[in-house]
Amino acid sequence: MILAQSSQPVIPNFGAGSSCERENGAFCWSWVRDNWSDVLWPALREHVVLTLLAVVIGFAIAFALALFAHRRGWVERPVTITTGILYTIPSLALFQLLVPFTKLTTLTAEIALVSYTLLIIFRNTLAGLRGVPDDVRESARGMGLSRGQLLWRVELPLALPSIVAGVRIATVTVISLATVAAFVVNKGLGAPIFDAIQRSVFKTELFAAGGLAVALALAADALLVLAQRAATPWARAGRPA
Amino acid sequence: MPPADTAQTEAAELEFRDAVKRYPGADRNAVDRLSLTVPAGEICVLVGPSGCGKTTAMRMVNRMIDITDGDILLGGRSVRQRDPTQLRREIGYVIQQIGLFPHQTIGENIATVPRLLGWPKARLGERVGALLDLVGLDRTLRERYPSQLSGGQRQRVGVARALAADPPLMLMDEPFGAIDPINRERLQDEFLRLQAEIRKTVVFVTHDIDEAIKMGDRVAILREGGVLAQYGAPEEVLTRPADDFVARFVGADRGLKRLALSRLSELDLDAVNGRRPDLRLPAGMTVRDALSEMLASAGSDALVVDDGRELGIATLDAVAGLLSRESA
Repeated sequence: MILAQSSQPVIPNFGAGSSCERENGAFCWSWVRDNWSDVLWPALREHVVLTLLAVVIGFAIAFALALFAHRRGWVERPVTITTGILYTIPSLALFQLLVPFTKLTTLTAEIALVSYTLLIIFRNTLAGLRGVPDDVRESARGMGLSRGQLLWRVELPLALPSIVAGVRIATVTVISLATVAAFVVNKGLGAPIFDAIQRSVFKTELFAAGGLAVALALAADALLVLAQRAATPWARAGRPA
Repeated sequence: MPPADTAQTEAAELEFRDAVKRYPGADRNAVDRLSLTVPAGEICVLVGPSGCGKTTAMRMVNRMIDITDGDILLGGRSVRQRDPTQLRREIGYVIQQIGLFPHQTIGENIATVPRLLGWPKARLGERVGALLDLVGLDRTLRERYPSQLSGGQRQRVGVARALAADPPLMLMDEPFGAIDPINRERLQDEFLRLQAEIRKTVVFVTHDIDEAIKMGDRVAILREGGVLAQYGAPEEVLTRPADDFVARFVGADRGLKRLALSRLSELDLDAVNGRRPDLRLPAGMTVRDALSEMLASAGSDALVVDDGRELGIATLDAVAGLLSRESA
């Protein structure tokens, strides 16, 4: 077994906690208050870092592959197949597979998390680029935009909604999967969740950490929606009166 | 009122010199040894049935399609020697679907080529305003997005965008093809008025012979396989078709089409002499439309008036006389 080891006693503050905690009540606010700064807040911060790192690296790789496939059509198939296989490997199995090579490190967790972002971001970026209307591309070329100008000034801005849609799915997926990363590194919101399970399911800790993961996913998604709206004012312009 | 900052560049002469386009694997040329010269400042319409290579010929001019053999000269300079992107920035380009950038405002769309050419910001702003005036659009539209405009407005923006850097040559590929008939006619008239002002060299592609005759100073009729069947002024093509293909293509009503090229004021009018036909027609009306009105009215004669002034009486004989006069 490669479960991360918790350094804490089985029941925190045993004998000193509130009655709610001693009786393992459904949700004890007192525990959340007492453990916010030492347990939940650091875990949340680590979770954000794990997620950001995975999405940024995943985006960089998938975006570059999509640009390549946009220019050279044959690239699409091998990339789709490879990233598709990565996407279908169960996360626990993937962590297990990687540990012999990269040990119980953040690197192992990140490799796994990144590999789950690739397919979604790659496909959405490529679909966005290919969805640019032919007449727009034709007029851009006809006015003398170079290939690079066509890509950066016309194709990518128009592909933005599709790209952001991919990043949103990837981000929410990673936030959820990153809890499993506590399997290899004692980091992120997965750590208190595993801790709660090991202590014959300490409900408050499980619900608090799990709830924070859900809240983080919703917040990240909302933030990306707002960012996309700000970046694509044209998409909200009305029709002629 | 002609706005400032337009028509600084001299229009350029365009010459096709045995220009050939052959696609790999095709058993015949798409454009076959096309030779014709468009004088500076004139509209040349390329017209013909589908598959005649008219769009291909046009797209060879700005190197959107590579020339297989022969040459095309713009202002005496071979386009084959030019860098394609640089060349395209000097040639206005309007396509049927317009291809406005949906993510940019009307102002940004119009400023596309000047921005590529690195114009300073102040000059860009002035130019966009002047162009909106020129194509008859309200200046307040510059902050709108293409999706907020009607089809006709978008088409005007397309023309303004093509004119933005004051190119010596404009290429227009069925620019009014997707517009309804009433608005198309208005846009055609507007463009002719505009052209009278800016005097660009224009290559205009259409499959519609009526549009070709209306818009062209010269008409090039192409047949399948990209062969030039006839090249000449509209009157010439209608009066003396070079062969059966051209005669069939311009249609059995080519006599009526010729009438559309003349105004009532050009007819040999009879003196009024106290006659009072019920029908009063403006002098600026085309003879074709006048003929239709005359045939529809019982008396058939029409009083031609110009700003309330009575010029004379138009008769069916006078209309027939116009046709025989031109054929001679």
